[in-house]
Amino acid sequence: MSEPLVFTFEVDGENFTSAGNASVAVKKKLRWLGFPPEIIRRVSVAMYEGEINMVIHAGGGVATVTVLQDRIDIVLEDHGPGIANVELAMKEGFSTATDHIRDLGFGAGMGLPNMKKNTDSMEIQTELGKGTTIKMIINL
Amino acid sequence: MKISKIASLLNAKVHSGADLLDSEVNEACGSDMMSDVLAFVKNQAVLLSGLVNSQVIRTADMMDMRCVVLVRNKVPTEEMIELAEESGIVLLSTSIRMYEACGILYVNGLKASTTEA
Ligand SMILES: Nc1ncnc2c1ncn2[C@@H]1O[C@H](COP(=O)(O)OP(=O)(O)OP(=O)(O)O)[C@@H](O)[C@H]1O
Ligand SMILES: [Mg+2]
Repeated sequence: MSEPLVFTFEVDGENFTSAGNASVAVKKKLRWLGFPPEIIRRVSVAMYEGEINMVIHAGGGVATVTVLQDRIDIVLEDHGPGIANVELAMKEGFSTATDHIRDLGFGAGMGLPNMKKNTDSMEIQTELGKGTTIKMIINL
Repeated sequence: MKISKIASLLNAKVHSGADLLDSEVNEACGSDMMSDVLAFVKNQAVLLSGLVNSQVIRTADMMDMRCVVLVRNKVPTEEMIELAEESGIVLLSTSIRMYEACGILYVNGLKASTTEA
């Protein structure tokens, strides 16, 4: 495979029930492409956490996954409120989630650190009131 | 342990994946917090949960789990059943509560986690 494969998804910020659909679709494609299960799981978990964050914290956005020769890139872009303190947000257990979000099974403050743990590189660009773009790389 | 044995030990109803009941699973975990499952679970194939929404199935799918058990009389939504069917996940429900359901499986030989901290 020499040409990169690019998958783009609109992530609906109004619909918690459908959140994660993009990650499920990517997982199916990666399985079909024959990647090792451990790689697929890392991509899936990192993307799913990020996709859920876009829905519960940022009103949705766009997810792009690019499969290259030697790596898989995941870019999650939203136009939500931005993250005030990235260093704090990256700490395990830090969350601004409401009780409502916790009732849905999220809001433990584990997502961002787990995304970092599952990827080889993670960059967060964020601006208050403008939005957040997270780029993650998993080397093959 | 075969998933069929989990179903019979918990007197559970089978909502999806009836053709997969013969699969072997070795470890289980119980949680209502999906982000904890995504962060701490390593190789568990069974998720027991009292949470009812489609993220329970997607979380299990992302973690390569084979079986989801809804405890204390929770009824899965249509979408959960469809998602489980598409992902090859056996979806069960039982009237038994979380603590007891985990206990029953544990004493019958289904292990807990081998998490890497
Ligand atoms: N895309 C985003 N836009 C705005 N804020 C965000 C975004 N992603 C994360 N955050 C902020 O960073 C905090 C930490 O995120 P993280 O994913 O680690 O935890 P959480 O989503 O609150 O809970 P969990 O991931 O365990 O369900 C969030 O509570 C939120 O305040
Ligand atoms: Mg999160």
